[in-house]
Amino acid sequence: MSTAASTPAALKEWPLWEVFVRSKQGLEHKHCGSLHASDARQALEMARDVYTRRQEGVSIWVVPSKSITASSPDDKGELFDPAADKIYRHPTFYEIPEEVGHM
Amino acid sequence: MYTQSFNVPDESGQKQVKPMKASEPPERMAKFDACIDADGRIEPQDWMPEAYRKTLVRQISQHAHSEIVGMLPEGNWISRAPSLKRKAILIAKVQDEGGHGLYLYSAAETLGVSRGDLLDALHTGKAKYSSIFNYPTLNWADVGVIGWLVDGAAIMNQIPLCRCSYGPYARAMVRVCKEESFHQRQGYEALLVMMRGTQAQKDMVQDAVNRYWWKCLAMFGPPDADSPNSTQGMRWGIKRISNDDLRQKFVDATVPQAKVLGVTLPDPDLKWNEERGHYDYGQIDWDEFWKTVNGHGPCNKERLATRVKAHNDGAWVREAALAYANKQQQRTLKEAA
Repeated sequence: MSTAASTPAALKEWPLWEVFVRSKQGLEHKHCGSLHASDARQALEMARDVYTRRQEGVSIWVVPSKSITASSPDDKGELFDPAADKIYRHPTFYEIPEEVGHM
Repeated sequence: MYTQSFNVPDESGQKQVKPMKASEPPERMAKFDACIDADGRIEPQDWMPEAYRKTLVRQISQHAHSEIVGMLPEGNWISRAPSLKRKAILIAKVQDEGGHGLYLYSAAETLGVSRGDLLDALHTGKAKYSSIFNYPTLNWADVGVIGWLVDGAAIMNQIPLCRCSYGPYARAMVRVCKEESFHQRQGYEALLVMMRGTQAQKDMVQDAVNRYWWKCLAMFGPPDADSPNSTQGMRWGIKRISNDDLRQKFVDATVPQAKVLGVTLPDPDLKWNEERGHYDYGQIDWDEFWKTVNGHGPCNKERLATRVKAHNDGAWVREAALAYANKQQQRTLKEAA
């Protein structure tokens, strides 16, 4: 990890950005792809040209790909399997008499 | 557009695909196979056998190259489109192809190759792209026929790829297929308009169909009996439907469309086979096809030269944007200090 004080190396090529698009007001931004761009403003402009030519969006986020921290596939079991035996977290675990109706 | 549903061996910015190594860790290999067998999806960070990775890099990059080289034959007609409407449509289509190239290069990059290396492989002639673009677009009807038949063939190829086992490739194909339908319909409609015109216009359409029909059938790749790589692709869920089955689907779908349009498909052996429930068709000239794939088609040199020139002419833009970004970064750092 580089510290905040160290100078970032000068870019040699256009870095990779991840693009998120909100398809309409009221919905979340959703990942839709990636692209190379020299800086954030250019990334936004290119994302608009590439991913929203048919009114697919009303708002765009771009994030440098290297800023994303992802969980490792090797940890999949450890992270997500424990939830499998906690079926009492689901509403269907509970039996309610039919005469109660929808609950 | 555009893929040929086979994967020609090339040097797509990487070493040749080796047969499955015996040294792949058996435990991981078993997990991978189980995922494929269960029709699961593989994502970039997941473990995958080296041969799977290399096959995908080759296929996705060939597909990406085909998209951006595919901009060239149609791009030739932007300045000569017969009306402002057709010009706007054609610009939109060619821009889409550039976008499709980008989706696919991005998908290839998730496999650990760099965009620069892939483009180098294209520009130095080491990588292949769909051979359909090595034929010239001689008249305006060619633009319509490319939309109707070439994009039509590409759609047949690409729809099953939306279910490809490699997640990023499948997702890119979903996006591409959504846009592709416009490409085919605009082409067919442009031809319908010409077929309502003068005899000379009708002749242009027939001429374009005559020149492109067989090339489009060849786009689906060699017959199943001659494509040994297909089996592995099927096993891995990269390929879902065989070359011959896709080709048959395309023929069956196209014959009625040709009838409505009022053109003849240039194949005397083309006829309905009641027993098979499909159209029979004649022999494809595979020698001519392989000659073109191997660099001896009518436009191979011209296409590559145009592509390289465009890349070189744009170099200053890429460099200027980079210099500006670096300058801004330095400025921000100074202000922060």
